[in-house]
Amino acid sequence: MESNWVYTEEVKQHFMHPKNVLKDGENFKVDGEGMVGNIKCGDQMMMAIQVENDAIKDCRWKTYGCASAIASTSALSEMIKGMKLKDAFLLTPKDIMKKLGSLPEHKIHCSVLGDKALRAAINDYYEKNDMTDKVRKEEVKVICQCMNITDHEIEDAVLEGARTYYELQERTKLGTVCGQCEEPAKKLLEQYTKKHFKL
Amino acid sequence: MKKRSVYLDYNATTPLHPEVKKALIEAMENFGNPSSMHEFGRKAKVLLDSAREKVSAFIGASSDEVVFVGSGSEANNTVLSMMACPSKHCCSFDGGTKKIVTTKIEHPCVFETAKCLVDRGIDVEFLNVDSSGKIDIDQYEKILSEGGVSLVSIMMANNEIGTVQDIKKLCHLAHKHAALFHTDAVQAVGKIPIDVKDLNVDFLTLSGHKIYGPKGIGALYVKKGIRFCPFIRGGHQEKGRRAGTENVLGIIGLGKAVEMREKEMESEEKRLLELKAILRKGFQEKIPNIHFNGHEKDCLAGTLNVSFSGAEGEAILLYLDMEGISVSTGSACSSGSLDPSHVLLATGVGPEQAHGSIRISLGRETKREDIDYLIDVFPRVIAKIREMSTVYPRNK
Repeated sequence: MESNWVYTEEVKQHFMHPKNVLKDGENFKVDGEGMVGNIKCGDQMMMAIQVENDAIKDCRWKTYGCASAIASTSALSEMIKGMKLKDAFLLTPKDIMKKLGSLPEHKIHCSVLGDKALRAAINDYYEKNDMTDKVRKEEVKVICQCMNITDHEIEDAVLEGARTYYELQERTKLGTVCGQCEEPAKKLLEQYTKKHFKL
Repeated sequence: MKKRSVYLDYNATTPLHPEVKKALIEAMENFGNPSSMHEFGRKAKVLLDSAREKVSAFIGASSDEVVFVGSGSEANNTVLSMMACPSKHCCSFDGGTKKIVTTKIEHPCVFETAKCLVDRGIDVEFLNVDSSGKIDIDQYEKILSEGGVSLVSIMMANNEIGTVQDIKKLCHLAHKHAALFHTDAVQAVGKIPIDVKDLNVDFLTLSGHKIYGPKGIGALYVKKGIRFCPFIRGGHQEKGRRAGTENVLGIIGLGKAVEMREKEMESEEKRLLELKAILRKGFQEKIPNIHFNGHEKDCLAGTLNVSFSGAEGEAILLYLDMEGISVSTGSACSSGSLDPSHVLLATGVGPEQAHGSIRISLGRETKREDIDYLIDVFPRVIAKIREMSTVYPRNK
């Protein structure tokens, strides 16, 4: 049973003994909180942070999701303690994945919610503490004007397994009307594949 | 309670029946090709024929109506694919198939093949089911009465939720409108009594490894006089209906498996039904916010599909695995796709219920102690996951 487990030992440890879960009824002072994902897709994450001297002093989380979603949130929560807010803001799924060893390719999308939830929590902290100038919302750019498909949706499609332009079109319907976005979409496809899948 | 190893995934596959194992070991000495005329060939042929007798008798067919194939999936592919074969060389169909009817809860081997037929110019209607997984009869009759349906393919018992359809009635309706009728009975054969003559179906699919036989062997019942087109061509085996040297060992194993089912099925299914009732009651008493999927009465005796709100299926499955319990889930995450079980979605459940579903399927080696162990472990696992969950309602 122990051999051939679908995940690495590191993932298994975090899954079996998740760290920093927000317990029911726990009195945890929250300075910033972020929630991302939705149940329809099978994953949702909440990250709550305590801040001291522009750094994350402590954090708690909750996750609805599969083993890799649970493990990646747990791993992230250990990584960010003591980290400066500005550095924590720059964490990517790749950083989490390095910590976990690796994840099966079709599971990578489960790990991207953690850093998103963290950024939402940091922004929330800035907003609550009159530092709105520091809030950095992720910019969204519409790539396919006809079908109103954004770069974020292209990134999600890549994370969900699209590797060719055809597969990208199947998932998003992008470029199926006038076709003008083919070149920029192909560039993004390559860029996101490199970002998430070439370690 | 002491940790034990509990296999409750019998709908996925079953261990060999000890008698099947014995029969296989004995038969291993016979390597002859049943097509050879010499002594070695004749010996294999005798074993093959005897297995065919057993399998055909078990479903009420005559022996020349049973075609041995490599799997249930192959049998299903054979039936659907022949409807689209335009060749006069291999196919006794006229290529005139316009429409086929199937359902939204079929096994992927029917579902995906049906989708390919669409690309080959055939209209395919996927019937809706109600919340218990039963076919929408009104929709079915309406489509049939519009005419032009060449084939209907409806599974007898669903692999995920266990719901059993009234195949006799559905088949009768198809025949009334001159359509052929196929049923994928992979999960039903050996669990509920089946008589093809009584059902009056034209094709029926069964598989060895779901009934304590070996993997890699299935059979397709083809009613006498029904036109046919082989899926694997170029051999006289199986009366030209399936080319390739017969899987003699597999066939012998399947023969023995149905022989044992004949003896054990009735008492065994009664026992499983009782065990399932205990499990269901135990869950209901000890775990809040759960939902049972599938039909309450018209359901396979050993199949229990249950959804736990606030807990994701793959996480449940893997925590259970650590406790020695092997089950299955309809969650997206376990399958590598992003969508949860198409069967559960077709029954109209919400995404949370579909992602949080677990299939527990009992079988002949399931003991009362196993059920007690589940009732002990499950509440702990579910509580642990729900405590981490963003969506489980608090203060309940």
